[in-house]
Amino acid sequence: MDFDLMLRVAPFFVEAAWITVLISVLSLALGLVMGALGAGLRLSSATPLRWIGSAYVSIFRGTPALIQLFVLYFGGPQVGIHLDPFEAGVIGLGVNIGAYMTESIRGAILAVDRGQREAARTLGLSRSQALSKVTLPQAARLMIRPLGVNSVALIKGSALVSTISVVELTYTAQRFIGSTYKPFEMFAIAAVLYMIVVYGAARVIAYLDARYAIE
Amino acid sequence: MGLDFSAVPDYAGFLWLGVIWTTVLTVCAATLSFFAGIAFALITLYAPRPVIYPVRFFAWLFMGTPLLLQLYLIYFGLSQIGIHVPALIAGIIGLGLHFAVYNADIIRAGIVAVDPGQHEGSRSLGLSRLQTFRYVIVPQAVRSVTPPLGNNLIALLKDSALVSVLGVAELVHAAQLAISETYRPFEFYIAAAVLYYALNILLESALRFVERKVEATR
Repeated sequence: MDFDLMLRVAPFFVEAAWITVLISVLSLALGLVMGALGAGLRLSSATPLRWIGSAYVSIFRGTPALIQLFVLYFGGPQVGIHLDPFEAGVIGLGVNIGAYMTESIRGAILAVDRGQREAARTLGLSRSQALSKVTLPQAARLMIRPLGVNSVALIKGSALVSTISVVELTYTAQRFIGSTYKPFEMFAIAAVLYMIVVYGAARVIAYLDARYAIE
Repeated sequence: MGLDFSAVPDYAGFLWLGVIWTTVLTVCAATLSFFAGIAFALITLYAPRPVIYPVRFFAWLFMGTPLLLQLYLIYFGLSQIGIHVPALIAGIIGLGLHFAVYNADIIRAGIVAVDPGQHEGSRSLGLSRLQTFRYVIVPQAVRSVTPPLGNNLIALLKDSALVSVLGVAELVHAAQLAISETYRPFEFYIAAAVLYYALNILLESALRFVERKVEATR
């Protein structure tokens, strides 16, 4: 291990790690919005809306995220979508993880005992009141763990945007592997930073889960 | 520049080769991830501590970092320590080890989840430890681990796309070569996506078939 070299390049990695965090947070936010929308469509009483929701989940979970990113970034200009790498990365990752989150959110809503909804309706709450005041608060707690799993996968999946030249952690590691021919050293620095972010996020999720989950 | 899919059929043979290499890559990596997963699971359950710790460290490392980074490490790292392997082999090792770690977790949980009473019962009926494991624990664990292992296999198929960064001539790479000649990224990446989708559906129905078989033995 060449520790001298590692110390010299470490600042570049730390800077890149912030980009990884930023891109993860932004695409997580987009993914949650897409997931909520997708779950709404999947649970809708209108058949065409359910189809749209199912198609979204099926297409984006059925093809590699890398290809989705390439269609958006390299193919986008052909259909009038011009995005810089960072924007394409956030949108591509967010829409992709949104399809997985759709299923997590839908699963949590369906997991709430239907007797809860029936009882709320019997007590005179409207459908939307029953949803917002009875079903969703319980579903929200059930969602923490599956959405947490999605989020951790998203952080690791954010490495994909290195292929469309976003200068994040994996891109930086790859560039320095190429210029220094020290793959183990570069991997070690990137791995430490990834694990701080990944296991940090996992701790936050475990805390939230322990705090709010109903057993 | 509008869309024009008419160039895609000209490269059908090309994309077909990509599908074949993606399949080869997936099958080889899946086989490695399955057997290495079993090995890791058995080690973390039954091996002496000095053997458990390195395996746990490896699992912790591979679960906390992206697959793409691991692929770069294996491809360039092996050549740094003097082992020159083709990109395809590096891809198989990378994908295989990455998913082995996740498979090991599932298999370990599946073995642990078998009621301890089953073990005690068969031991008191006179079965040896090995017989108990082989005839009592494993058949029950197989049922609970089959669906999640299947999910990992589907994830592996999709993640095999990442190996294109090493220059393996699989489906994404085939699309990229066609694009470099035609300058039509949208059309060819969509074509590749459709082919991945078809592979995915095939794999899913195969897995459903296997799951039914496994269920039937209950």
